[in-house]
Parts: sequence; structure tokens; C-alpha cells
Amino acid sequence: MSLDSILGLVQTALELGLISSLTVLALFLSYSMLGVCDLSTDGCFTLGATVGAAIAIAGHPYLSIPAAMLAGMLSGFVTAVLQTKMGVNSLLSGIIVNTALYSVNIAVMGGSSVLNMNKTQSVFSDMKDLLSETSLAGEYKLAVAVIAVVLVCVFLALFLKTRLGLAIRATGNNPDMVRSSSINPAFTTIIGLCVSNALTALSGCLLAQSQKSVNIDIGSGMVTIALASLLIGHVFLGRRKLPLRIFGMVLGAFVFRLVYTIALRFDMPAFMLKFVSAVVVVAAISIPYLKDQLPMLRRRAAHHRARRA
Amino acid sequence: MLKLTNISKTFNPGTQDAKLALDNVSLHVRPGDFISIIGANGAGKSTLFGAIAGSFITDTGDIVLDGEDITLTPEYKRSKQIGRLFQDPMRGSAPGMTIEENLALAAGKGGWLHRLTKQEKNQLRERVALLGMGLEDRMSQPVGLLSGGQRQALTLMMATYNPPKLLLLDEHTAALDPGTAEKVLTLTTKIVEENQLTCLMITHNMASALSLGNRTIMMNQGKIVLDVEGADRSALSVSDLLARFREISGKALDNDRMLLI
Repeated sequence: MSLDSILGLVQTALELGLISSLTVLALFLSYSMLGVCDLSTDGCFTLGATVGAAIAIAGHPYLSIPAAMLAGMLSGFVTAVLQTKMGVNSLLSGIIVNTALYSVNIAVMGGSSVLNMNKTQSVFSDMKDLLSETSLAGEYKLAVAVIAVVLVCVFLALFLKTRLGLAIRATGNNPDMVRSSSINPAFTTIIGLCVSNALTALSGCLLAQSQKSVNIDIGSGMVTIALASLLIGHVFLGRRKLPLRIFGMVLGAFVFRLVYTIALRFDMPAFMLKFVSAVVVVAAISIPYLKDQLPMLRRRAAHHRARRA
Repeated sequence: MLKLTNISKTFNPGTQDAKLALDNVSLHVRPGDFISIIGANGAGKSTLFGAIAGSFITDTGDIVLDGEDITLTPEYKRSKQIGRLFQDPMRGSAPGMTIEENLALAAGKGGWLHRLTKQEKNQLRERVALLGMGLEDRMSQPVGLLSGGQRQALTLMMATYNPPKLLLLDEHTAALDPGTAEKVLTLTTKIVEENQLTCLMITHNMASALSLGNRTIMMNQGKIVLDVEGADRSALSVSDLLARFREISGKALDNDRMLLI
């Protein structure tokens, strides 16, 4: 493999990894901090993509980004209210919102399941024009992704140290303690899911605009892919201080994409992505558990052997 | 200060497991009272705390704290005025967050988007140093790394950081080893005295029930069956207390822990 093609692989992995790392950061907030497994992630990712695309196509490339995030926030709000105020189980509320979002997404795309943005102005096309005369002309997607990821990482690192951020983190850690600090855990859950879903939608919006098209399946399996990246990132930097853990999420997303891109090179069919991500998630969650069980299994085997003897 | 009027609570009403945990309890706690509460398991002591702190809404009666009717106030709002410690040292702090972050939440300074300033960090450090456990040098370590005694001392510090109107201690030293328990108890009385807190303490230790505070209450089957203070109380010995219990409930204390002196 030539150096060029290796660099090409790395660049693709970086672009896709960085854009999807925004969803990983969203799950870092909801899953790792708040302790909620947000199964509306797939639908919300698609929502960000469709809303962002629809508004960009309507001629507002810059408005499309905050609009997508606002839509994501709204979806997160509904998911959060279902579980904190209406007695719906937290996993179930994600699934329900995810289902509802399918219809919403088709509606946003005007009844079609695909939108094309080939000639649409977007942050990516503007960045391409901006960099066209420079040596970075080929890296315009990367540039947008880097800016977005850096902004979000800095925001999260600052936000999670504010009183609200601390309260959100404590909600997943010990809700009793949140209550005894005179803070309503329902409130922190709502805010946390709004912020996290805004990031998921941003991720979807940028992915759609970078590949100049949206289809209704753009977000399917995102929650598993992002969880796989999150768990990989956790292996690297999970026990460090907060800013490093945040960086670890981006690293996890990149490593996951890199491994996947390399696997594609070795003739793994592209449709295997979701299977691989499922295996990674299962492995990352169950290996520590099985390790814990190992002494007991050994003990049991020894016990049986002794009895037979 | 705190006035409970005819509060009752039945758990699992209308089922075979229905249990009348609080039976028309009335209690008037005066400012500065330090009341020790004793009683067998299931007597309703913790349920009484749950009712005061707002873990559930009582079926009947009124709860008034410092002139304010809190009968229907949700738990998280009551916690501004009521600090509470449990037997389990793990319940009061977030293990995945640092000592500093835990304290920052308890201190609750500033608006939602406020971040700790250097000065505030120093203040937190100074307060932690008062515990005399060396925790001030471990401010950026996760609380999960602390021992049970250290965590309980930290929880005590957090619950009283902004002095509450009322402090509820639910056997908060029972899960600690005797030496640590002694230390946490000494800290407790020190903090209560310094801040002149009004305090209710559930204990299974009859000796400390009589030696600590100014008033002792005994509960049985959801009722307050004994309420002594002043000269009556100083005249009581542990064996008197056990005899009174036998007399009131018609049976001997079957709980071994209560005999520990």
C-alpha cells in the first residue's frame, strides 16, 4: 500500500470520524454522564440531517446548522419529558420518539425519502471556495469537521464544570445526592438530553451536507456505532480527567472509523459496518463483565473436578 | 421550629402487605433541640425522617418548618432547609466526581452557569480541612476512592455546608467501624454546636441516645411512646430505658444491637 493511499485512508477516517464524534460526544453526555441510554439517537441524527438539508436547500446555509440543532433539542426535550414527567421507561421513551421521528423526517423532506444537495450552498461548499487557492484545498471537509469538533469539545469541557454541568453529571452518578443539593433530577435530565440531542442533530446535519445528500436511513444504527466509539474511547482515556475523557471520545470515533476503513480495504463489504459496530459494543461491555466472572467459573470447574475424583 | 401534627402514613394501602408505618404522630421540635430517637426495627423511625424530608407525601396531617407549611413540598425543595445523612455512607455523595465537585454542588453557589473561582476553591479546601482527615490534599480525587468513614464525614460537611434549619441523622455512624464511628460522631456534635443546628438523630446505641443532645424520643409501632428531657432524662439509665421499653411495648427488646452499650 502506498503512502498516498494510507494518507487517503486516514483522511477519510478523520473526516467521518470527526463528524460522527459529535454523536459520540452527545452520547458521552447522555450515556456516560446522565446515565440514560438514549435510543432516539438514530432518529435524531436523521432529523438533524433532514432539517439541515431542507433549510440549506431553501437557501440558508448558515441558518441550517442552528436550525438542525434546535430541532434536535426539541426531540431531546420530548424524550426527556416522556421519561421524567410522564412515567415512560427511559429506554422505551427513546424508542417511541425514534419511531415518531421517522414520520417527522419524511415530512421534513416533503414526503420523499431522499434529498439531493448537489448544487446547494453549504458550510462545506463555502469552505471549499475559501481554501481553493491554498495547499489545504483537498481538506475542506476536514477543516469544517475540525472546527465543529473543537468548538463542541471546548463547550463541553466548560459546560460540564458549571453548576448545571456538575448537577447533570451527578444525576447519572447519584440522583439522591442531586436531590439533597436542592436540584430536581428531572430538570437536569431534561437539560442534559436537550443539549445531547442538539449535538446529535449537528452531527447528522454536517454528515448530510458533507456528502451532499440525505436519505431516511442516514442515521440508522448510529446509536450502536457511537456507543462502540464511546467504549473504545473509554478504554484509552476513560479514567483520566474530564477534558482528556472528552478528547478520548473523539479519539474513539477516529479509531473506530480507521479500523473500519482498513477492514474495507481488506475486502470487507461496506454493509458489514453495523455488524462490526454491534460486535464492538457487545465485546466492550461484556469483556469486563466476563473477566469478573472468570474466578467463579474456574472455582466451579475445580469444584466439579474435585467431586468427580 | 418543626411541628408535625397528626401525620400518618400507610405503605401498600389496600393490600395484604399494608403497613401503618406512622400512626397519627405529632411532634414539636424547638429551635436548638438535639433529639435522639430510639426504637426497635420497624418502629417507624426512618419513616418519620422520610416524612419530614419529603421522600413521600404523608396520608394525613401537616408538617410546618419554621412557620412554613412544607406538607406538600417536593423533597428537592425541602433539602434547602433540611440536611439528611443515611446509614449507608455511599448515599450522600457522587462517587464518580471529585471531592471538590461534590462540595461545589452542595455549596450551590452562583447561577446555573457559574464555575468555581480560585477563591471559592480555596474556601472549599479550608472547610474540608476542618474535618481533620487530610481530604484537603485530595480535592481532585474521585469520592469513590474514599473510605466509608471519610465519605460519611464528607457527606456531613456537604449536608451542613450551608447550615440547614434541620439536620436529620439516620444511624449515620452505624455502618462504620467503632473508631471511625466515634470520630464522625464527635465531628457531628462539633458541627451541630458550632452552627447551633436543630437536629434529630436515630441511633441504636442507647448510651449515646442518653448522652447526646437534650431530648430523647422512643418510637414503637408508628407512634411516639416516650418523650423525655431535662431532669427526667438525666435520671434515666440505659437499663431504665430498656425497662421502659418493655413496659410500653409489652415485650423485651429483641434487637441485640440495642443492647450494645
